[in-house]
Amino acid sequence: MSSSLKDLEKLINSELSSKIKSSTIENNELLVETEEAELLDVVQFLKSHEKCKFRQLIDIAGVDYPENEKRFELIYLFLSHEHNLRIKLLIKFQINQTIVSLTKIFPSANWMEREVFDMYGVKFKNHPDLRRILTDYGFKGHPLRKDFPLTGFNEVRYSEKEKKVVYEPVKLEQNYRNFDFESPWEGTNYLKEIKDNNKDGKKN
Amino acid sequence: MAKKTKSLSLNFGPQHPAAHGVLRLILELDGEVVEKADPHIGLLHRGTEKLIEQKTYTQALPYFDRLDYVAPMNQEHAFALAAEKLLNVEVPIRAKYIRVIFCEIGRVLSHILNVTTQALDVGALTPSLWGFEERETLMTFYERASGSRLHANYFRTGGVHKDIPLKLVEDIEKFCKSFPKIIDDLEGLLTDNRIFKQRNVEIGIVSKQEALDHSFSGVMLRGSGVPWDLRKSQPYEIYKDLDFKIPVGKNGDCYDRYLCRIEEMRESVKIILQCIEKLPKGPVKSIDNKISPPNRDDIKQSMEALIHHFKLFTEGYRVPKGDVYTAVEAPKGEFGVYLISDGSNKPYRCKIRAPGFSHLQAMDYLIRGHMLADVPAVLGSLDIVFGEVDR
Repeated sequence: MSSSLKDLEKLINSELSSKIKSSTIENNELLVETEEAELLDVVQFLKSHEKCKFRQLIDIAGVDYPENEKRFELIYLFLSHEHNLRIKLLIKFQINQTIVSLTKIFPSANWMEREVFDMYGVKFKNHPDLRRILTDYGFKGHPLRKDFPLTGFNEVRYSEKEKKVVYEPVKLEQNYRNFDFESPWEGTNYLKEIKDNNKDGKKN
Repeated sequence: MAKKTKSLSLNFGPQHPAAHGVLRLILELDGEVVEKADPHIGLLHRGTEKLIEQKTYTQALPYFDRLDYVAPMNQEHAFALAAEKLLNVEVPIRAKYIRVIFCEIGRVLSHILNVTTQALDVGALTPSLWGFEERETLMTFYERASGSRLHANYFRTGGVHKDIPLKLVEDIEKFCKSFPKIIDDLEGLLTDNRIFKQRNVEIGIVSKQEALDHSFSGVMLRGSGVPWDLRKSQPYEIYKDLDFKIPVGKNGDCYDRYLCRIEEMRESVKIILQCIEKLPKGPVKSIDNKISPPNRDDIKQSMEALIHHFKLFTEGYRVPKGDVYTAVEAPKGEFGVYLISDGSNKPYRCKIRAPGFSHLQAMDYLIRGHMLADVPAVLGSLDIVFGEVDR
């Protein structure tokens, strides 16, 4: 599988050279970075080209890096049944950018994009039905952003007095405590690494 | 003269016995024919992905039991594989066998529940009574290995938590010998049953192309005639060395999917028997004490072991920087974990790919033009568990 991944990387680089920013193979997985403007073309190519045939969109994962200028990343995971290959497509973008929707090419992108919208507040162009999906009706905020607190803002309870479910600001007896157990020293060397290093003749 | 008709909106769920949990469906009906279905999900959303970002890798694992709570260990497996891939640890061979045994038990657990509740949705009560007795036995196996019936928390990065007792292996073997008879009984109740066939044959047909377009996996894909199973095509653990078949459907309707599940249970039993026969001796977790805790005897004797133990249960282990996607063939389809590590002891991002999410998404397309009474039948054959759809 690794050799065919390299072939695929070569193919994509030669066919789509101007549209691809970079490509890497790590942990036996191919990651290709592209621009939002080129996304549709790249996906269309991946789906239709004889040697790719990535006909299934497995998932869309959003990631938030608050410290970066291009704060959000979207990772599209594709699977090709014909060639038994997987590929990851990465785009980076700023907070206010709208992303082109893949629903025309992959109908299953519909809910996945709704989920990204719900969790990160990323908007999609030409999406047929961009509503929140997992959070509550009338929910505010985007929970998977790193600046959204784990405990949230509102809590819900049934009020006996009003005979209905009421929303109130979160009141906690004790705030969520995030203990930092991480040791300030350098990370551990795992047995495997030590062995590998010894093989290479290096000393730890 | 044609009468002017208005379509009727009907609210189905969120508390409905055939909704398999907390699904709210807004149906638009023309008479009894469904014109549109709009599933509202998220009523069981617990923010698993957000919570995982706050926990160490060991602490994150139990959340996976609570996704598809019908087959908990299959989910744990995906996460354990992801962390192992980043850490590049070797899993001892005995642990691999134990993992496969329990994943297949999970598959049987899930398929029994689905087949029998699907029958229940279309009016047959007995199969669920028979099936649940077997599920109970299987869950005692879970309990004897991990200490709890459902939320096992048994797999670990680098192996499994504890070795399984010899008596348990014998009992699982005994069960596997007797279980095919139970499947026969279930089939006797359902497979040729006129009512069951009337309710399922040619209902919710999915063509090959549509199955691919809608990101179907698992039985939903195989029922439509695509021979795709991650255990065969991208084998993980020891599935390469095992002999089993992949049942594939022909018509892609609810009935074919039912038949696939029945056959898969038989194959799972075969897999378990093979594993028990081959089950090697040896350690069940990685010997690297930076990842897996030392055993109790060592802690009493060795200072280093004590330090390891302390560090593992406070700081946890650090996972090298990188991102990785691993998928396993869970009973419901491809269950994947996309893990991003920033080199610390907590995952930076953990995206969970639940098969049910894509399946439920296609509900609208599957149910259009069908009768209202077919809604539970189609929903049942999708094999939806809200723990994983809502996450």
